[in-house]
Amino acid sequence: MKFDRRQLLAGGGLLVAFSMTGRGMAQLSGGGEGGGAPAPKRPDLPGSLKSNPILESWVHIAPDGGITVFSGKAELGQGIRTALLQVAAEELDVPPAAITFVTADTARTPDEGLTAGSHSMQDGGTALANACANVRLLLSRAAAKRWGTGTDSLSTNGKGQVIASDGRRVSYGALAADLSLHVEAIANAPRRDPHHYRTLGHDLPRVDIPAKLTGGAAYVQDLRLPGMLHARVVRGPSYGTHLAKPQIDAARKMPGVIAVIENGRFLAVVARKEWQAIQAMRVVQDSDYVRDIPPLPVEDGPHRLQKLPTREISVLNTSNGAKPVWKTVRGSYSRPWYSHGSIGPSCAVAFAKDGALTLWSHSQGVFDMHRAVAELVGLPPEKVRCIHTPSAGCYGQNGADDVTAEAGLIAMALPGRPIRLQWMREQEFGWEPCGCGMVTRVEAAIGPDKRIAHWHYEVWSNSHNNRPVGAGGYAVAQQITPGFPAPEPKPIPMPEGDGDRNANPLYVFPNMDVRYHFVPTMPLRVSALRSLGAHLNVFTIESVLDELALAGGVDPLQFRLAHMQDERARAVMIEAADRFGWSRRPRGDGRRGCGMAFARYKNIGAYCAIVMDIEVERETGAITIHRVQAAVDAGQPASPDGIRNQVEGGILQSLSWATREAVTYDATRRTSFDWGSYPILRFEEVPRSVAVHVIDRPGDPFLGAGETAQGPTSAALANAIADATGARLRDMPLTPAAVKAAIGLAG
Amino acid sequence: MTLSITVNGKRHRVDASPETPLLYVLRNDLGLNGAKYGCGLGQCGACTVQLDGKAVFSCITPISAVGDRPVRTVEGLGTVERMSPLQQAFRDEQAAQCGYCIAGMIMRAQALLDADPHPDEASIRAHMQTNLCRCGTHMRILRAIRRVAGIANNGAAA
Amino acid sequence: MLGRLRQIGRGRAVLAALLMGIAGALFALALSWRPAIAPITPPSPGSFTPEQVARGAVLAKIGDCAVCHTRDNGRPLAGGRPLATPFGTLYSDNLTPDPETGIGTWSAAAFRRAMKDGVSRTGEHLYPALPYEHFTHVRDADLDALYAFLMMRRPVHEAAPANRLIFPLGFRPLLAGWKLLFLHHGETPTDSSRSAEWNRGAYLVEGLGHCGGCHTPRNLAGGEIRSQAYAGGIAEGWRAPPLNAANPAARKWTQEALVTYLRTGISPDHSAAAGPMGPVVDSLSQVPESEVRAIAAYIVSKMGGSPSGPVAPLPDHAEAAASRFPEGAVLFAGACAGCHGQGAPMMGQGRPLLSLATALRDTEPNSAAQAILQGIEPPVAGRGPKMPGFADALTDRQIAAVLGYARARYTDRPDWKKLPAAVAKARKEGTQP
Ligand code: FES
Ligand code: FES
Repeated sequence: MKFDRRQLLAGGGLLVAFSMTGRGMAQLSGGGEGGGAPAPKRPDLPGSLKSNPILESWVHIAPDGGITVFSGKAELGQGIRTALLQVAAEELDVPPAAITFVTADTARTPDEGLTAGSHSMQDGGTALANACANVRLLLSRAAAKRWGTGTDSLSTNGKGQVIASDGRRVSYGALAADLSLHVEAIANAPRRDPHHYRTLGHDLPRVDIPAKLTGGAAYVQDLRLPGMLHARVVRGPSYGTHLAKPQIDAARKMPGVIAVIENGRFLAVVARKEWQAIQAMRVVQDSDYVRDIPPLPVEDGPHRLQKLPTREISVLNTSNGAKPVWKTVRGSYSRPWYSHGSIGPSCAVAFAKDGALTLWSHSQGVFDMHRAVAELVGLPPEKVRCIHTPSAGCYGQNGADDVTAEAGLIAMALPGRPIRLQWMREQEFGWEPCGCGMVTRVEAAIGPDKRIAHWHYEVWSNSHNNRPVGAGGYAVAQQITPGFPAPEPKPIPMPEGDGDRNANPLYVFPNMDVRYHFVPTMPLRVSALRSLGAHLNVFTIESVLDELALAGGVDPLQFRLAHMQDERARAVMIEAADRFGWSRRPRGDGRRGCGMAFARYKNIGAYCAIVMDIEVERETGAITIHRVQAAVDAGQPASPDGIRNQVEGGILQSLSWATREAVTYDATRRTSFDWGSYPILRFEEVPRSVAVHVIDRPGDPFLGAGETAQGPTSAALANAIADATGARLRDMPLTPAAVKAAIGLAG
Repeated sequence: MTLSITVNGKRHRVDASPETPLLYVLRNDLGLNGAKYGCGLGQCGACTVQLDGKAVFSCITPISAVGDRPVRTVEGLGTVERMSPLQQAFRDEQAAQCGYCIAGMIMRAQALLDADPHPDEASIRAHMQTNLCRCGTHMRILRAIRRVAGIANNGAAA
Repeated sequence: MLGRLRQIGRGRAVLAALLMGIAGALFALALSWRPAIAPITPPSPGSFTPEQVARGAVLAKIGDCAVCHTRDNGRPLAGGRPLATPFGTLYSDNLTPDPETGIGTWSAAAFRRAMKDGVSRTGEHLYPALPYEHFTHVRDADLDALYAFLMMRRPVHEAAPANRLIFPLGFRPLLAGWKLLFLHHGETPTDSSRSAEWNRGAYLVEGLGHCGGCHTPRNLAGGEIRSQAYAGGIAEGWRAPPLNAANPAARKWTQEALVTYLRTGISPDHSAAAGPMGPVVDSLSQVPESEVRAIAAYIVSKMGGSPSGPVAPLPDHAEAAASRFPEGAVLFAGACAGCHGQGAPMMGQGRPLLSLATALRDTEPNSAAQAILQGIEPPVAGRGPKMPGFADALTDRQIAAVLGYARARYTDRPDWKKLPAAVAKARKEGTQP
């Protein structure tokens, strides 16, 4: 990776906030979220091999030829299981079907930290590729030894065999007996030649999909252990409340109720059948509630953040103090708090037996979890095993961690019985950490040469990273007695960043000042949501670029290209624009409009350009999205269709955020609690067509693509609305009412 | 209390109180995973099954309301080895991300296709409007349904 | 509103006969012929002041013009919305200033005549689907503002399909007879003993707002029964509840509560706006609050009384209702209690109890049945109270059982009669286009 001067400057934040010791310092395995992966043992190795250099922790080959591959990354619905399987199959040179693939289990797989931050391919994929290349090398050496030849004349044939130029062949299974994988990897085991890839770069149908289409047991929700009981937690309507008079005695008498767990303010009912647990929960819950933390700031929306104490972080400063004044654009942009809105409320199964606790969880961080839950329930970490089990998409820290900790507490109170706990829909909305509300403020100017001459950028945000790394990180930790204090919220240092993620433009501007006003106090409970601060930062930067282009009378694409030196960035912009037909784009009668936007996620991940064609109904402000074209460069694609699927999903989710979503609240509670009060995009509102083009970069390093579309999509929409109506909307959501307010009721 | 219902062509006797929503009977008494709990409020469609051929929310359909009406779940359409045309279309289009919504999507779409084998784009979208997908798999879901309906995306939708 | 059109339709063949009779008798006298008003070239943008256009935009919302004059997925105000009646289907006209298919060639005078007399520019009588018996009370200055707003829309070239009416109702001169009976010109009288706000409300409600179109019962000829103004009507199979002293609300409406309801679609002491009331609320959410306050002041005074003294405890006769409607009780527990029962999330969020629901306390079960069959969509900006429909999950008999139980449990009112038949009828009405 090449860093130019600006990126090094951007990294200046690193020195400010990062203590260089222990866990997490090594690599920002989950994009800097959570506790990170274990400290590196071999910093010279690529990806997660740094912390887990022993090959045996990644690959087993049985004498019968059966291959098991282990990954610390988890399937979250992003298709990572298939992509990683492709990586392993390619570098071992076996068919994917020959591999048994084991993911994120604290008892079995390497600790790769969180599955987050679009790092799974970068860290996990890279590690697996190199581990498997190492194993293939060792297999070749074993064969060479057996045949008394050199390895140069040997190759593999894609079927789990080493072959010699004279036609001799031997299966991996036969070689495995003489082979110890209990060795450390070397840094540059020869990788397979991208031109001869058999699996990587091909569209392998996702291995998890068939079960999901036919009612197979695919989710933690589907686990049914013998003797399993069903639990529900009972609580006030949202985080920071508790019930004034829970009807505990009434619940104890209900049919099927086995236990009511009371620990401080933490309450749960456990019943034989799930419906019985739900009914008992309703009975206990029939009570007023009390707020136990300061009231929510109703008036200011996200601008509340600008009134709270901040810690100042200089992201980047090349300012020469000059403020050229040919054409200046000023504006403040914002987004509200978002819900993760997983379709399946969080669920976990916990089983305490013989002083050990097993947890089946869809947390993105099972490795942090087995330590944090251990602390919470008072067991040594090695007595707590967490097995990642898929669930509905979470897109960050939803209720997954909390529900697992709570299931663990309940299971510890009822040892010997597996406990399945699922949150109710309203509990997910009310108690999960939200995606942060944020505000930005920009002043930027172009000179007479129509190039940017000055750029002053500020962003206000809470921490996007409150993932539990200790017991105090769980909401329940402040409900039980004795409890654990919530940890101090911390920002993630650049180059990953959290609120300032992508606040430093990849474009080359002179005379820049980029500041992060980090706000430690949180009006609402918040944590990671897909793309963290990149969403608003890219929204802002790309909106301002269009405003400046308009001021200078320059085509938005040309204006961007004029400020971009990174060839791959230029390539995705041009690719998306060409495929869209940007130069022939429709111009309308004040209704039709087109917009584009670009970002390289975190400036170190995948490149993504989005172009869209929309129509605004001036009478109602309603927005119809006709066509979206994306181009993405994620380095060597494992599965191009997997990337397309992710990016399509990112585009639609970002459109939903941008057009309608906002967590609502009054002084005492969140008031978005169901899909009526928190509407998301539905079928009649999605675009007529979405096309994603994946640029092939054979052999280039993997760049995570899971979050790359979030920022550019919302920005392209705002730019298209401005193009269509002349109205620049700066505060999300960009609702019909906001459009109407901008263009007037008389339209 | 023992009640009997017909699911995927098989008569079952289940021991459940009569108000229990069908969802919990399917999942916990019959061990079927297809219908999912998403909201329990009839607002998301994750629990969609067919009742007498119509797509209904099983989370708010009491078991005692089912009576003799046949219930069909995604397990009744096909298996991994022998998928139904619609399931196969979802596989061909790779129409899932997390997939949590997908069984409900398939059951709702199947109800439309059963009533009208060749719906147009606008009818498909209107019919699917009740079911939510958070991953944003909508475009692929639409493609899969169109594949079975035998129509191209003519951009005729909303 | 569409609902009022349906209500007109409800007179069935009797209305046809009656209309023919009346019209026949009055035919000579009707002098139904009206002159065409000369076409104009569509006015240029400078023809109106921005204030006038903006004012017209508000008035168009209060008049709900776009609700009837927009087809599904169609361009706003471009017409073409079908209205099925027992006499055939009517299609709303294109109100955009397209010269061929809209009102582009209409002068202000032609527009005023249409609104006040129900006569088109070319001299044709318009069907009373256009509520000119209300619009006739609107002041000329307001009609001119509305005209200015409409003429400044972007023209949409889209002809409404031809009406398809049974013989002889396609013969428009017959409408002259209808007008003689039901069209009463003149301004809404002012009441100097009342506040300016109240008088403003009266003007809006009786005129552009045409609330009586749904909330006043109609006779067989489809005319509003003036002696029973605001005694409740039928709209698209839903009951538009009485807005007079007979209003069935459990807690008296206050102006404040009604403003909240009309602007958000829900009042914590009442219930959610459903069915054809949804679009009304959506429109009113977009007009200045002062106008809605005026409307509320007037309507609340019509409903009479004021909330005073301690609020009576709300009925909840769970056991008695369950013993009388055992099937309904079971179905309610599985299908309804997840939202409406004790400890349910809606309850924790301050949503109204069913004991407050107007539809359950009404003399007729129509609205309660429709709510269960069709559900409720959030009326304002797609955000708000949302209830799923049960049309495919529950049979008519099962819905009747739930209705019987809920009525008995949450109100002190007498049982509804012949519920299964009422539900079957509601189901039929609810599925009309
Ligand atoms: S779970 Fe039944 S509709 Fe959401
Ligand atoms: S695929 Fe995840 S919710 Fe639809």
